[in-house]
Amino acid sequence: MVKLTTSLISFAELEEIVVLLQNASGFDFSGYSKSSLKRRIQRIMDLERMDVVDLKNAIINVESFQGFLINEITVNVTEMFRDPKYYATLVSEVFPYLETYPRLKFWSAGCSTGEEVYSLAILLEEYGLYNRSFIYGTDINSVVLETARKAIYPLKKIKTYSENYIASGAKNSLSDYYTARYDAAIINADIRKNILFSQHNLVSDYTFNEFQFISCRNVLIYFDLELQKKVFDLFYESLSEFGFLCLGSKERLVNHDIISKFKVINKEFNIYQKIK
Amino acid sequence: MPKADQIILIGGSAGSYNLIVDIIEALPLVFKPAIVVIIHRNPKYSTRIEELLSNRLNRTILQATDKEAILSNTIYFAGPGYHLLVEPDHTFSLDLSDFIQFSRPSIDVLFESAADSYGKECVGFLLSGANKDGTNGLLHIQYQGGKVYVQSPDEALIATMPESAIDVNKEATVYNNQEILSYFSRLK
Repeated sequence: MVKLTTSLISFAELEEIVVLLQNASGFDFSGYSKSSLKRRIQRIMDLERMDVVDLKNAIINVESFQGFLINEITVNVTEMFRDPKYYATLVSEVFPYLETYPRLKFWSAGCSTGEEVYSLAILLEEYGLYNRSFIYGTDINSVVLETARKAIYPLKKIKTYSENYIASGAKNSLSDYYTARYDAAIINADIRKNILFSQHNLVSDYTFNEFQFISCRNVLIYFDLELQKKVFDLFYESLSEFGFLCLGSKERLVNHDIISKFKVINKEFNIYQKIK
Repeated sequence: MPKADQIILIGGSAGSYNLIVDIIEALPLVFKPAIVVIIHRNPKYSTRIEELLSNRLNRTILQATDKEAILSNTIYFAGPGYHLLVEPDHTFSLDLSDFIQFSRPSIDVLFESAADSYGKECVGFLLSGANKDGTNGLLHIQYQGGKVYVQSPDEALIATMPESAIDVNKEATVYNNQEILSYFSRLK
């Protein structure tokens, strides 16, 4: 008989854990893609050397465990200027519209550790739009938001970010926007100024403003079609007329009726504009 | 096309590409399972494997997309940069979590999720490659009752991946290239 070396739970056990977590913490993961969620939970069980009984017990009885679990479940992979061509496309195809607004509000939903928010701020600064802009960065995960607020990143990562920045066709050097000391860099205050990071759960929270631009990249792949629809409705309500919605490169509106209310601005990077 | 009741996974890395092309060429025009090919590829270069092979072999080869139903008689490739997973409702999903065995897409991630979702109707093939990705995945497929086949290390251009799988999983069936091709040419 084959013996596994890593934790394995069944989909039925996954359901039980999701219900338990919902009752104990109010966080609802029932609309998440199951296989990915199951992997994340199995990984935590491996790290913490827990079996499924230990895990359920900890969810109910260990107060700090819920928060830990929720933060570990969510995937937080991000980079500054990730997909450099996406940023070049924003400049060429989206910024000309944005220039016509006197005030601009941006929402980066699922912003993780903030790299995307700062990338956007830098780009807006370079094209003379930042002074009339305000960017809200939100995430379900409170730990990553702390990092986002600090705006301090390891120099090792900054090297990749600089390469991305150059590949996006940028005008300057990324080092114009950060100050390095020892082995880390902090994003400069004039880039940090028009930004607010706060916790927001796309599953359960409502809209909180009206935006000219919403980006939500590589978040919806973790949601099933039903939850995707709910989130698209939320984005639709949160966008001003002719506002923009930017998704990840593998996330498309095509499976949803709401696409009839949007115009496709760029197919490769899934940039849409609300037209109805 | 209806959803596939059976899924056949082919995992490969360095040195597997030519055999994969031969496998696709060997396939009959009509077969019941879905076939999912996963090879390690660099997201920085747009390789357009699906398009090239579709044209060259004159059959439809798709890149697996998020939330799409897994269909019978269809050949899919895992795209670069994202993990590819199989959901219990027999659809695909994508995931950007950490690299597994230095790889994203990782063979282990696809194989394990397909094993959990298809049980004994999941078949895994592991071919030539230079790391240990796929070893855990094959173990999972067997654990859930599916069948696993490993390319003979003697014929693999780079034997690390098949050797690692055979080492951990003594019950895996080892096939030479001819046996692999014959399996796929007889597929119904």
